[in-house]
Amino acid sequence: MDPNEPPDAHPCDADHAQAKARLTVALVGNPNTGKTTIFNNLTGARQHVGNYPGVTVELKEGVRVHGGRRLKIVDLPGTYSLTAYSEDELVARDFVIDAHPDVIVHVVDASNLERNLYLAVQLLELGVPLVVALNMSDVAAERGYAIDLGKLSALLGDVPLVRTVGHRNEGTEDLLDAVVAVGTGVHPVRRVPVSHGREVDEEVAKLAGLLEADAPLLAPRETPWIALKLLEGDGRVRQRVQERCAQGAAVLAAAEASVRHLEGLFGDGPEVVIADRRYGFISGACQEAVRRTIESRHEMSDRVDAILTHPVLGLPIFLGLMYAVFWATFRLGEWPMRGIEMGFKHLGALVAGLWAPGASSAIKSLLVDGVIGGVGGVVVFLPSILILFLAIAVLEDSGYMARAAFIMDRWMHKIGLHGKSFIPMLIGFGCTVPAIMATRVLESRRDRLVTMLILPLMSCGARLTIYAMLIPAFFPAAWRGPVLWCIYLVGIVAAVALAKVLRLTLFRGEATPFVMELPPYRMPTLRSLLIHAWDRGWLYLRKAGTLILAVSVCMWALTSYPKPPADAAAGVSEGARRAAELEYSVAGRLGQALEPVMRPLGFDWRINTALVGAFAAKEVFVAQMGIVFSLGGEETADGGESLDPLRRRLSETYTPLQGLSIMLFCLLGFPCMATVAVMRSESGTWRWALLQWAGLAVLAYGVSLAVYQAGLGLGLGGG
Amino acid sequence: MTKPHEQLAQAAVPLSALPDGARARLVRVEAGHGLRARLTAMGLAPGAEVQVVANRGGGPFVVAVHGTRIVLGRGMAHKVYVVSEEPRGGAAPGEAAG
Repeated sequence: MDPNEPPDAHPCDADHAQAKARLTVALVGNPNTGKTTIFNNLTGARQHVGNYPGVTVELKEGVRVHGGRRLKIVDLPGTYSLTAYSEDELVARDFVIDAHPDVIVHVVDASNLERNLYLAVQLLELGVPLVVALNMSDVAAERGYAIDLGKLSALLGDVPLVRTVGHRNEGTEDLLDAVVAVGTGVHPVRRVPVSHGREVDEEVAKLAGLLEADAPLLAPRETPWIALKLLEGDGRVRQRVQERCAQGAAVLAAAEASVRHLEGLFGDGPEVVIADRRYGFISGACQEAVRRTIESRHEMSDRVDAILTHPVLGLPIFLGLMYAVFWATFRLGEWPMRGIEMGFKHLGALVAGLWAPGASSAIKSLLVDGVIGGVGGVVVFLPSILILFLAIAVLEDSGYMARAAFIMDRWMHKIGLHGKSFIPMLIGFGCTVPAIMATRVLESRRDRLVTMLILPLMSCGARLTIYAMLIPAFFPAAWRGPVLWCIYLVGIVAAVALAKVLRLTLFRGEATPFVMELPPYRMPTLRSLLIHAWDRGWLYLRKAGTLILAVSVCMWALTSYPKPPADAAAGVSEGARRAAELEYSVAGRLGQALEPVMRPLGFDWRINTALVGAFAAKEVFVAQMGIVFSLGGEETADGGESLDPLRRRLSETYTPLQGLSIMLFCLLGFPCMATVAVMRSESGTWRWALLQWAGLAVLAYGVSLAVYQAGLGLGLGGG
Repeated sequence: MTKPHEQLAQAAVPLSALPDGARARLVRVEAGHGLRARLTAMGLAPGAEVQVVANRGGGPFVVAVHGTRIVLGRGMAHKVYVVSEEPRGGAAPGEAAG
């Protein structure tokens, strides 16, 4: 026995003691029911991302103290059913089943009760402690629905029903009361047997009997549910039974016999019959408990859609909106960025001031150049990124994002993907990392992988800094806009071509069917927008604080060591000394070693050295170029003008053709480390992350080589 | 035992054949297991009343069911079979299987 064993090593005792004080509450619901707004209302700003064993993706959770209980509230991805179809849904369903939350809050769109209650019925079948929040009850009332809560609750087995209006924060206290009542057992959970018809019920009972007799690993309350899922042909549950039950094979054989029996009886698969009965049950309950006072109503959303998804006008409107988003991202972000830049510069000077002037210290250099310089160089983009995420949040929360997917579907089909893949691609213009995470909405793994693989070609915000430095150095003012536009276009064209190639080679097969809900348009609330944008911004900041900090320190070491012999630095300026140091360092030597390979692209050792840094994070390229040209550090502490001397040096040293070659290489070439890491975690293997990295490196090399050599051939090299 | 879906299946047409604004009752979905379960959970189950919101040559297809708008790829809309229906009082979905 380990004497250091933690006190909660006896799960039974610990569980019992904690049962009263702490409750785990899971929020489930269909997409577009305002679930996240309810989550925000329940938890306020006290949210963070939690990790759960067995759950590979991150779930948001928050804490709320209510009625003397500490509620840990977990927001699960939106799901239509407990028979999971997409990866997102799988996460929600596994949590409900495996994590045994103390209370499940099902957020329901009260204006669309029948469809939403389909999930509620499945939760009742599972027999979990349930509270139903009838959200958007204002919309329901507007549409003329009068819901008799008492009656509906009775029909659903005394499940507590609470009216809420998420965007006005109404009903939150009532919801918390109900959660605590159910969680502490004040409101007993009554298991309602949902009948699926005599024939199905008989088969369920038969299979449940077999399961109970055999499987000690299954809780008895689960067996009827598992039996039902076997009849529905749920692949995951089948697999589970096979793995966990000693007589798994026999149970599955019996299930198959039952399925055939029911098919013979109904002429339809049991899953169709079961779904039919569920809708029948819901429809019966709604007829009893819901009165409709207004017959029909003009849908505002349909009228807006007539314009926004118009066959001719839809695309130009969409492109105009995108233009507005990018304009806002880069224009409005400029001012706070300048402020942050100054702040880090002052911080660097402050820290440097702790040492005697002129003294050279490894620790000072590490802190000032490595830590503050490296992290500062990334944090400076936070305003741009927050604005972009805010804009994306507006598009998502208002319901426009689904329309964008709808408009683009026709074009996406031509490259073998469908409209939904377009949403991550859009986010990719901001940052590849959240874009890769956004692919979770795609149902098919094949679509998801293709989309993830092409995402780094959507030119992210970090790469913009490279263009912003290089374009003014090489091109006259009138050309700058078009050149930038071309760079983005090359990325998009490359992504399209790559998707097409992938679909014809590694990911062959028919396009997956496209199904998506078009949520009604809604006015987004400021609170949810801010929370949304901050979440993603925080992810970015966390990356800056951890991964990028570590990489910055590594890069600092690579560019600082080994030191050249002391006598070499004698009598030269600070800048020249630093350039000499860099040339002598590991990174400098690496850059020189790569010269034979990179020369055909028009790159010299200085560019290669800066590119080594760009692998960590693309924006590091700019900082590294500054150092290579001995313009880094104190010499350029004159505010916003700091890039001009560097640009002058660049235009003296390189031709516009070389500049173009560099930009293309940075656009297409190897994704940054954060992308590789998130690719690894989201695809589940290193294989795809490394394949992507290598494939894009080859692509970048090929394109830059072709452009540079073709340009030389055309006599543009002298530019 | 009579199977209500079968009787209807005689006159069933793919959803994609209906013009904008047409109302219909869904009879069957010819799709793989997973997709059919998903469509069912979204309300596109046999017996459901649907209305075509937008049917444009070539592009995706929008259908209204239980008060929500669902986009279907054109390929999907070919696989959802419905019987055309005049607007009327409308029996509740699921009743047919009683």
